[in-house]
Amino acid sequence: MQFMLLFSRQGKLRLQKWYVPLSDKEKKKITRELVQTVLARKPKMCSFLEWRDLKVVYKRYASLYFCCAIENQDNELITLEIIHRYVELLDKYFGSVCELDIIFNFEKAYFILDEFLLGGEAQDTSKKNVLKAIEQADLLAEENRPRQFFFSLLS
Amino acid sequence: MALKIVKGSIDRMFDKNLQDLVRGIRNHKEDEAKYISTCIDEIKQELKQDNIAVKANAVCKLTYLQMLGYDVSWAAFNIVEVMSSSKFTYKRIGYLAASQCFHESTDVIMLTTNQIRKDLSSPNQYDTGVALTGLSCFVTPDLARDLANDIMTLMSHTKPYIRKKAVLIMYKVFLKYPESLRPAFPRLKEKLEDPDPGVQSAAVNVICELARRNPKNYLSLAPLFFKLMTSSTNNWVLIKIIKLFGALTPLEPRLGKKLIEPLTNLIHSTSAMSLLYECVNTVIAVLISLSSGMPNHSASIQVSFSRHAHTFSLKYLGLLAMSKILKTHPKSVQSHKDLILQCLDDKDESIRLRALDLLYGMVSKKNLMEIVKKLMLHVDKAEGTTYRDELLTKIIDICSQSNYQYITNFEWYISILVELTRLEGTRHGHLIASQMLDVAIRVKAIRAFAVAQMATLLDNAHLLTGNTQRNGICEVLYAAAWICGEFSEHLEEPMVTLEAMLRPKVATLPGHIQAVYVQNAAKLFATVLRGHEGVPADSMVAQETSQLLIDRLPLFVQSSNLEVQERASCILQLVKYIQKLQQKDVEVAEEVTALFAGELNPVAPKAQKKVPVPEGLDLDVWINEPPSGSESEDEGRKSKGKAVFAKEESRHTKPRYTEVDEKELAKRREVRKAEQANNPFYIKASPSSQKVYQDGVGVEHIPVVQIDLSVPLKVPGMPMSDQYVKLEEERRERNKADKKKKKDKKKREKGEKGRRRRGDSGPESEEDITPAHMVDIVTEEMPENALPSDDDDKDPNDPHKSICWAPCVNTAGYGVDQPPLYLSPHPSLSLAPHLQVCDIQGNLQDGSQVVVSVIFENKCDSFIKSMEFNVLDSLNSKLQRPDGAGPHDGLIVPFQLPPGISNEARFIFSVQNIVMPQKLKGTLTFIVKTDDSSTHEKLDFKLHFTCTSYLITTPCYSDAYSKLLESGDLKGCSLKLEGVNQPFHHLLARICFHHHFSVVERIDSCASMYSRSIQGHHMCLLVKTADQTVSIDAKCDEPGLLGNVLDEIKLTFSQC
Repeated sequence: MQFMLLFSRQGKLRLQKWYVPLSDKEKKKITRELVQTVLARKPKMCSFLEWRDLKVVYKRYASLYFCCAIENQDNELITLEIIHRYVELLDKYFGSVCELDIIFNFEKAYFILDEFLLGGEAQDTSKKNVLKAIEQADLLAEENRPRQFFFSLLS
Repeated sequence: MALKIVKGSIDRMFDKNLQDLVRGIRNHKEDEAKYISTCIDEIKQELKQDNIAVKANAVCKLTYLQMLGYDVSWAAFNIVEVMSSSKFTYKRIGYLAASQCFHESTDVIMLTTNQIRKDLSSPNQYDTGVALTGLSCFVTPDLARDLANDIMTLMSHTKPYIRKKAVLIMYKVFLKYPESLRPAFPRLKEKLEDPDPGVQSAAVNVICELARRNPKNYLSLAPLFFKLMTSSTNNWVLIKIIKLFGALTPLEPRLGKKLIEPLTNLIHSTSAMSLLYECVNTVIAVLISLSSGMPNHSASIQVSFSRHAHTFSLKYLGLLAMSKILKTHPKSVQSHKDLILQCLDDKDESIRLRALDLLYGMVSKKNLMEIVKKLMLHVDKAEGTTYRDELLTKIIDICSQSNYQYITNFEWYISILVELTRLEGTRHGHLIASQMLDVAIRVKAIRAFAVAQMATLLDNAHLLTGNTQRNGICEVLYAAAWICGEFSEHLEEPMVTLEAMLRPKVATLPGHIQAVYVQNAAKLFATVLRGHEGVPADSMVAQETSQLLIDRLPLFVQSSNLEVQERASCILQLVKYIQKLQQKDVEVAEEVTALFAGELNPVAPKAQKKVPVPEGLDLDVWINEPPSGSESEDEGRKSKGKAVFAKEESRHTKPRYTEVDEKELAKRREVRKAEQANNPFYIKASPSSQKVYQDGVGVEHIPVVQIDLSVPLKVPGMPMSDQYVKLEEERRERNKADKKKKKDKKKREKGEKGRRRRGDSGPESEEDITPAHMVDIVTEEMPENALPSDDDDKDPNDPHKSICWAPCVNTAGYGVDQPPLYLSPHPSLSLAPHLQVCDIQGNLQDGSQVVVSVIFENKCDSFIKSMEFNVLDSLNSKLQRPDGAGPHDGLIVPFQLPPGISNEARFIFSVQNIVMPQKLKGTLTFIVKTDDSSTHEKLDFKLHFTCTSYLITTPCYSDAYSKLLESGDLKGCSLKLEGVNQPFHHLLARICFHHHFSVVERIDSCASMYSRSIQGHHMCLLVKTADQTVSIDAKCDEPGLLGNVLDEIKLTFSQC
């Protein structure tokens, strides 16, 4: 997988992950182009399109579009499954996830994605393992977060 | 002091955190940019604080802003600071920011090497994990080089969590720093059998990705992957493995045969579409590489595929897969015609376009009309001009492909073309026009019909030109006018058409079309005159016609287009002159007709090149010595030569050349004209010379079969192609009935019962359909004695071509160190398939048989078929031919090769004496099929049977081995190899692999080996190595064989 983009119905980018090194300028150009192309497609159209020398696989969940670019020999259907698996993970983590969860906790969304995909390849096919890793990392983060001064003042 | 800290902290409390930032941005929709710039100022302040928590918060906000498209590269150093925090919370944010913001040219990356190394070796697995994740996004060649070793160590970490990440990231490291691949590979391979499924799938992932880039190096892993494929139940892993096999099969056809069965099983058992799709893709790759004998499988794939092809996404993929199958197995796709036609109704344009592509390859004589009819319906319904234009070009492509191969009824085709002219706003008028011209010129039998249709078109020209937006289509009138003029003898009412062509409205057409109108009006005029002259009552009509032209032509004389103007004024004068003659009652028709006499025949574009050079003519030799003193003028040939080389000559003999007087020039001209008139290949410029042409070499010799058409030619008004579909169906029915009758008759004569006849309900086969217009297509003219060979791009005498040709003995795969098959290049063979013998091996069952596996690879761009493999038998070795074949007959290779495809065939030789190596000469003949021609080609080769090929790897136990040596029946021989500096086990592997030995026992640098010939000779080797010297002591009961095998071993090592 070359990159993954999440954007809203209005074309607002919600998350981006690039597995190929590109300059910011190029990234912006690609994002703009793809968002336009995908948003222009009608609901009953197929989820794949050929774009430059890549294949783009996208799927819409509520108001969010999940969009991945894969290479030509890659399997489109498994990419759809990856997208779906990621949505399931988000759902499990946030508890029936909505777009706002991703907007306000965008770093969490990234952490989950990073546990699931590494360098554009699926790391673990088991949902349980991914969620366990996230929970433990969160726990670790919670432990060493300084107790906020705010509370200590009150007590 | 304490107060200051408290105050600072309270300030911090009012710092925005990420959520506040996001909320703020959402609340400032109107002045977002301004709001964000104040936020960035705040963030800059926060980054100046010492408190790492504050910094991390700022970096987190920056990451968000980066996503919104703001430049945050100025904060790169702060990101590094946060990355190096000892607290996991902040480290995680730091790495996230880095992975989002850093790219290869970020210079602070250099500073991170040590920090990352520290994190990689952290006792906390999540620190390590976060570092690996981050690294996967911003790894640079430098980082890859410096950290490759650390990551490699992590591949054997105790925690599977780390192992799988380390394995995956190795792929990125290999890409950035390829040198790391070699040392890391063994460990990577080991991970394929890791107890943790996650790590295992990571390793499969990485190796598959590597193999996709360079499959050749991973062939040796095929057995391991095969095992994994049959044992794994994880779809994700299976998909990767199957994809890997898809990349490997083109290199190794034998793998394909093995794969077919497990893959078909998977196809039938799996419920996961993604896995099914991957299997199908790989099976297609396998089928292409085998390219023969598997129709059942492809059929079963399709059934399972179309079964699921209900959702739109799968439809698209199904079409994609079918187009791949179509290339090699067109038959099996044809049965899904209805499904594909349905796809044309799809809402998604990409699906419709895919379906169109497929249709192109699917048509046959039988279904062409049906398919085109459906397409025409879609043309009417289609929204958007691009898709409609696409449909139009596809219809024309489909019909005209391979020289109108699939068209059985040209009347139908013409009416389709005419219907297409009613399309609004198409850009492809010229395409339709050129088709009309092409068909009318080349299909003689159709001309009458075409002319009638074109006349209707001309009459209704206002429909086409009415809208200025539709001017793309008016190109059609160009064709219509020309066809009506050129073949005017077929016109029922030339007067009417002439009138239509001279309407004032014509002047609004583009110039080049008007020009054609004017010219062809003249042709029509000639026809009208001819029709009406001689009959006194009609002479009035002829005169009226002249008057019509004289009335209407001045409009064109005023045209701003030069061509139109010139033609119009020329013809106007001509008509005026004719009118004068007519008034004197002079018969002019004959002479006017002569202006346009002669028939145009299509000439093949390559005809000129095909004219053979007459025997004895060397074009490079001077025909006249350049400075020749005397020249006899009555030698026609010489004077012609002079004309040809006039330019060169004038350089040498300029002064003399001016002396040539008028008379002489005139004489020469005469001679030249006479010669040209007798030369059928000379292209004449003027109509008058066309007449000469007709007289000289008649056009009548071109074989055109005139056919009594069984369908009525006149269809009033605009034609409806549907009528022709019906008529054609009726005709076919009739034909079938006729045939049946004949059959029945025969049967009855034979006294058989009519009940037994088959085929009434069975499907019509392609052969049953006889075209309505037999041999309709006039073949393009070629010189009668054109060279029969050839593809024209390939001239055997062209020196450059023979340079391009390189005997390509592939060094990939098998038996490469010593290719037993030598190709002897023939200069004209630039299209040769590429041959490679992968294996020559004795037959275990029969002591006198050797099996030769040959891989045929088509390296040219054309289709290769009808390959015949033949070998000149020697006394000792004979190619085994089927019963009844003569000793010199070739064996037919049981497959065809599309471009770029390879396949393997096996041939069996019987050999009597195996003591000596031998070489056999052979030839491969084949037909190269290009779009418009097919040519016979020949490839000579030599087949080298080494003595090794008579050996069969046979295991031997050490006690049996020592008994054998003790028996004393064996005679010895020895061999010394100097300067062999490869490891001993490599050396042994080499002997085992190339010479079919097996190791009996190995002690340090000494090993005993054994092999057996197909005729049961025992062969024992004792291999010792010391100081780059290898000594081989060998024993065998057949000293001749032994000597030759040893020579071959020596050769093997001298080549490496």
